[in-house]
Amino acid sequence: MKNPLDSLWGTVISGLILTLILYNVVKFALH
Amino acid sequence: MGDFIQLGLGRWLHILAGIMWIGLLYYFNFVQVPALGEAAKDGTAPGITKHVAPRALFYFRWAALVTWLAGAMMLGGHFLDAFLFLKQAYYPIGTGAWLGTIMLFNVWVLIWPNQQKILGMKPATDEEKAKARRIAFLASRTNTMLSIPMIFFMVASGGIFRTAMFG
Repeated sequence: MKNPLDSLWGTVISGLILTLILYNVVKFALH
Repeated sequence: MGDFIQLGLGRWLHILAGIMWIGLLYYFNFVQVPALGEAAKDGTAPGITKHVAPRALFYFRWAALVTWLAGAMMLGGHFLDAFLFLKQAYYPIGTGAWLGTIMLFNVWVLIWPNQQKILGMKPATDEEKAKARRIAFLASRTNTMLSIPMIFFMVASGGIFRTAMFG
């Protein structure tokens, strides 16, 4: 499997997915 | 006066330095790395590595440190509430602060020492340079990835955006 960080799009998409995961974790912890 | 300096000027400085840090990070990832690939083909890469990269790295690494220090100053007495997630109100900024701290570590421990080898500021064999190039590249890309949730949590930690995102 290719490292997603080797491409700019892979990097941006990884960042967006990480944002979604962390957002939901923090939102869950706050409620 | 204390709040004016800590929260008012602190926030201003945090944002100014943060724009310089993340702006240069995006310059490296979206502009310089692809440009160096092209420049290597026509022999113009030394112009970038000799004249542009060292200057960009100078402002990049010091802006990173100033950004972190100004952020820590703003947290003030709530520094541990944020970093240790001691109070719920500090969960969003604590998450952003951790992401920023990991990024600062990457700048000073992984990117800068390896860039010194790549740019010839520190002696290194060709093999060491190749390894340094890969480490610096991946650390820089990791920071680009982390900057996306980091900026989200920085802006989602206060004001109407926080209400919109976290209720």
